[in-house]
Amino acid sequence: MKWETVIGLEVHTQLATKSKIFSGSSTAFGAAPNTQASAVDIALPGVLPVLNKGAVECAIKFALAIGAQLNRINVFDRKNYFYPDLPKGYQISQLAKPIVEGGALKIVVEGEERTINLTRAHMEEDAGKSLHEDFHGMSGIDLNRAGTPLLEIVSEPEMRSSAEAVAYARALHTLVTWIGICDGNMQEGSFRVDANVSVRPVGQAEFGTRREIKNLNSFKFLQQAIDYEVRWQIETLEDGGRIEQATVLFDPDTGETRMMRSKEDAHDYRYFPDPDLLPVKLDEDWIEQVRATLPELPAAMQVRFQAEYGVSPYDAAVLTGSRALADYFEAAAKACGQGKLAANWVMGELSAALNKADLNIEQSPVSAAHLGALVARIHDGTLSGKLAKQVFEGLWEGAGEVDAIIEARGLKQMSDSGELEKIIDEVMAANQKSVEEFRAGKEKAFNALIGQVMKASKGKANPAQVNDLLKLKLQG
Amino acid sequence: MSATTLSALAAQLKAKQVSSRELAQQYLDRIAALNPALNAFITVDASKTLAEAAAADALIAAGQAGPLTGVPIAHKDIFCTDGWLTTCGSKMLHNFIAPYDAHVIQQFKAAGMPSLGKTNMDEFAMGSSNETSYFGAVKNPWNPAYVPGGSSGGAAACVAARMAPAATGTDTGGSIRQPAALCGITGLKPTYGLVSRYGMIAFASSLDQAGPMAPSAEDCALLLNVMTGFDPNDSTCLEREKEDYTRDLNQPLTGLRVGLPKEFFAEGLNNEVAAAVEAAVTELKKLGATTVEISLANSKLAIPVYYVLAPAEASSNLSRFDGVRYGYRAPEYGNLDDMYCKTRAQGFGAEVKRRILIGAYVLSHGYYDAYYLQAQKIRRLIAEDFNAAFKTCDVILGPTAPGTAFKLGEKSDDPVEMYLNDLYTIPANLAGLPGMSLPCGFDGKGLPIGLQLVGDYFSEAKMLNVAHQYQRVTDWHSRQPEGLL
Repeated sequence: MKWETVIGLEVHTQLATKSKIFSGSSTAFGAAPNTQASAVDIALPGVLPVLNKGAVECAIKFALAIGAQLNRINVFDRKNYFYPDLPKGYQISQLAKPIVEGGALKIVVEGEERTINLTRAHMEEDAGKSLHEDFHGMSGIDLNRAGTPLLEIVSEPEMRSSAEAVAYARALHTLVTWIGICDGNMQEGSFRVDANVSVRPVGQAEFGTRREIKNLNSFKFLQQAIDYEVRWQIETLEDGGRIEQATVLFDPDTGETRMMRSKEDAHDYRYFPDPDLLPVKLDEDWIEQVRATLPELPAAMQVRFQAEYGVSPYDAAVLTGSRALADYFEAAAKACGQGKLAANWVMGELSAALNKADLNIEQSPVSAAHLGALVARIHDGTLSGKLAKQVFEGLWEGAGEVDAIIEARGLKQMSDSGELEKIIDEVMAANQKSVEEFRAGKEKAFNALIGQVMKASKGKANPAQVNDLLKLKLQG
Repeated sequence: MSATTLSALAAQLKAKQVSSRELAQQYLDRIAALNPALNAFITVDASKTLAEAAAADALIAAGQAGPLTGVPIAHKDIFCTDGWLTTCGSKMLHNFIAPYDAHVIQQFKAAGMPSLGKTNMDEFAMGSSNETSYFGAVKNPWNPAYVPGGSSGGAAACVAARMAPAATGTDTGGSIRQPAALCGITGLKPTYGLVSRYGMIAFASSLDQAGPMAPSAEDCALLLNVMTGFDPNDSTCLEREKEDYTRDLNQPLTGLRVGLPKEFFAEGLNNEVAAAVEAAVTELKKLGATTVEISLANSKLAIPVYYVLAPAEASSNLSRFDGVRYGYRAPEYGNLDDMYCKTRAQGFGAEVKRRILIGAYVLSHGYYDAYYLQAQKIRRLIAEDFNAAFKTCDVILGPTAPGTAFKLGEKSDDPVEMYLNDLYTIPANLAGLPGMSLPCGFDGKGLPIGLQLVGDYFSEAKMLNVAHQYQRVTDWHSRQPEGLL
């Protein structure tokens, strides 16, 4: 039997507000345990929540960025359950009326573009952390994270492979960091993915029973977890077994998923509207104010890059992989006026060097202005591609401005035809055999001669000019 | 004891006839003498009280005294008070020293009013007799065999016995007004949102409201001036200009339209209470008021609605008492779930557990629509009845409770009988309206009878005006129980 995979993702993004969603405590990561937990965060008797409007604005930005509907009246609900890192015994969330409904994201998988629709996104508060190590039979509770604002973003079950799920998660990650509502740091838990996975025979209309893989904190784990889960579900069904609805955890060490709780253990959360918080109304003025703070979005920027800089759709997509990369490219392109060439250098030499050094674009030792200047010197013929790579190395090492490096290292391309002709004459004299072969119709001999000229010029000869001059001389 | 009205005490303090320390000491002495019998206070801390009184004296000496600076007050043990044991009447918080002040406490501190201590109350404000307190029942100063009402029973009893010139209370379904009635004092529950709930341990968030309890309406007006004020820490607290609630006290009642809800004078009302309330209506008419019959048809559903909504909110509000971070934790337990179960089984009393169970039930999957949502709909109907009534009257008048104080233990085995005591007070909470109770007579056993006024939103000044004018021509509010000392 042939099987089809069905995946929907729920992503918890920590919103990049300075203070928590219902208290004034800092949301900074990495402080000593419980030093960022106020009376409200530890749920002392009598304390009350006060909504941080910044969190609402993050949600508004997100809705505008994905073309979703914004609910104009927002109610917060209490989700009741007991756990030591949930100080109030309930989480303030949104059930019936999420702030964001609908919207869509475009993804590209194996060159094909697809649209993934979103179901909803709602605001809620994060829980604290339970620490089970270092306490000898006891557990520690750190409430620094308790009350950090989250936007839980839920997709429709429209992905059909782990590759699509990863592409969606990456596109979402790009977008939320692009619009500045999330720092995107997956190691610190700022962007956590839950994957709902099921399989069904190809052609069957109804979904199979799903299992939810919780808390995946890297794209690699997301891919591995889904691939394992899909194999496991198919094997189980083909062996005559049944899939029970369950929540599972992925173990990166074994590469397997294991059951956390079954549907029978599911909580009855007894949701009801939080009487401590009034409904939040979004008026048009507020929405427009927030809209004015949105940067140009990746999709719009891709279209513009193609039009303004003549880059291909694929290149435009790569260059808008993050806002920092797009900004870098645009600055370099503007500095040299050569968009396509700048794009090649950003995606080629620069990306390779950054990857090798394990740096991101913000940490690039070569500034966009320097890269632009380098591209300009290629365009005006001062540098050949090969020489330009040497200049790039100089820039990477911090050796100064582009022209200074060219001067200091003597990397200027040789374009003086008199000087070149002299070298060509010498090379032809020294390689009579190749000259004879070429004249006898052996095209390959031409390349050998070019190589010798380049060698004799120590790589500085302008290759196009050598090509032309050599042809003339051989014909003459 | 020197004078007992707040304005008289404040005048004596300003005239330096008495110091705040001396005044506080007099009340502390009276508490020491009477509290063993009445059990109105859970915590008394003379050194803290006297230190606060000394600070008030310094303000007075420096000429920086406000209207009530130096006048001591007792606080219900539901208000978190920095450095004071704050128990909410429960074993669950028997060891909880609050690390911060409730907004209400901040307001009284800012006004320079020393705290005489923390008053006893029904556990987590759940009760109408003060018998559910972990710290034992409070006795009614008019007859110690009788209950003082609840949940602010300690507050009502301490004021009635003049162990404090005034006290704070909270009212979720009648917890200020019913004990005020049963103890023969005046108490006011403001419009929902007028007084900040920050630091007031939550029972039912959408109904809870703090208010003043004192012998007279004038006292309550002065206290309300201190308690109210916008607090950004409570999202349900209304941003309004500060009012002077004494401003209309001396307005004549000529032309006042008093609405009499026919449902409040029907079956179930004790005859002596009915007679006293009717006599009060006659007094008001003499002062120029007219009466109009009104109908609050849906108020008969107030008790069932309340006993869905209040427990629903309470079941969630009380989840934080889990033994993890503060308060009581069972001494022995197995795993985490066992710790939760034993802590909450041992830390909460029977009435609190009953309401948590009811609340969890009405919110649970499959029952939510039938109970919680339905109750919310009826809640709106009850509020609409009031809105309609206020088109034809300025203030609504009726009994505060169906009877006078009952004997300790008399209703404690029958929760429904107990709940019926709040029949007339609950509708105002459901609608968010202000209400007050004032003394209007005594029954044949010498127990006080309470008269209730319910006003339109933010009409506290009007209600206080009516009550004050009534108290100018009657002396029920200035009578004191005999034979206490």
